[in-house]
Amino acid sequence: MTSPLETRIYAPEVSSSPSSCPPEEAPPKTLIVIPAFNEERNIGRVIRGVLEYVPSIPLLVVNDGSSDRTAKIAKESGAEVISLPCNLGYGVALQTGFIYALQRGYTVIVQMDGDGQHDPSHIPDLLRELRQGDNEVVIGSRFLHKDKYTTTLLRQLGMNIFSQLASIFCGQRVTDPTSGFQALKGRAIHLVASGFYPPDYPDADFLILLHRCGIGMREIPVKMHPNPENKSMHNGHRSVYYVVKMFLSIFVTLLRQKPQL
Amino acid sequence: MPPRIRIISILICIILVTYVFELVRRKHLNEEYSIGWLVTGSLMLLLSLSDDLLIWISGLVGATLFTSTLFFFGLLFLVVICLHFSIRISALTNHVRALSQHIGILYHEKQVLEKQLDQITGEPGASRLNSF
Repeated sequence: MTSPLETRIYAPEVSSSPSSCPPEEAPPKTLIVIPAFNEERNIGRVIRGVLEYVPSIPLLVVNDGSSDRTAKIAKESGAEVISLPCNLGYGVALQTGFIYALQRGYTVIVQMDGDGQHDPSHIPDLLRELRQGDNEVVIGSRFLHKDKYTTTLLRQLGMNIFSQLASIFCGQRVTDPTSGFQALKGRAIHLVASGFYPPDYPDADFLILLHRCGIGMREIPVKMHPNPENKSMHNGHRSVYYVVKMFLSIFVTLLRQKPQL
Repeated sequence: MPPRIRIISILICIILVTYVFELVRRKHLNEEYSIGWLVTGSLMLLLSLSDDLLIWISGLVGATLFTSTLFFFGLLFLVVICLHFSIRISALTNHVRALSQHIGILYHEKQVLEKQLDQITGEPGASRLNSF
């Protein structure tokens, strides 16, 4: 019996045998993926910001079943838009972008949030670090940046616990496991597109999964704006669910066999 | 076991099994999901009918009241059925997730292709299929 985890991905294998086509020769094909759910007020600004800093990179907005004009505004602002038929959550929307990218032969992906928290001026930094280093994942960390990022005490406590946990299980210092501002390439893209990816809130558990797969990860400092509407994914009663879910997810990630990519 | 509870129990089991059969016959319930209910109903019926079996099993699980043996197994079967449902729901959730993702991608690709076709033919909307 095949594991249910392995039955999810139908993305065709990208023909990138290392012998016939060394990665140095082919220029990296980069895609920016922005999952968005009811972001009509921010998405236009985010897209314009991205186009200002990296006008040559195609931009994909994955509209996660929004009930407002997110898809329309994103299209008008110059992004490609994939609309999911219903709201399936941040991780699923993100994964859709990765599956699409694999099908289209993209080799580098930058993911960022649609709420304007992430500063697009850091995209070139992420890409440079990804190109130069051996790491297949580069994460923008708000806590490495010299500007203080302020948030509520409770959230700070939660972030602290999970960054400690991620640091222990990854064997390296992790300061910002909840950052959705990342650049990925190679096996990391395949991992996100696979059934092993935690679909609800991919944070610390994803970093631990990366480590278990032997994929290198590095954080670089980025500036993050405080969420303008304070409409975080982890607010209210959901935050309790988030914490429980994350502990469980980390626990079972450690119990599972290492994914074969 | 008091005869009244025995009669009620037997009646409930018979009604449950016949109703499940009827649901399957009308295709309101898939065979796959009916099996759990049929097994539960038949075993509970067996326990209600046979005094010897009930006494033997009550001794086995250490129940002092025979009716509690019935309740115990009824509850046990329900737990198993609920767990089975949770597993099925998880599988269905994963399928819906994958389907939605691929529908989203396919729809996007269809729109891109339509746009390209419109540019080639120079006729807006020519490529769109007539709505049925």
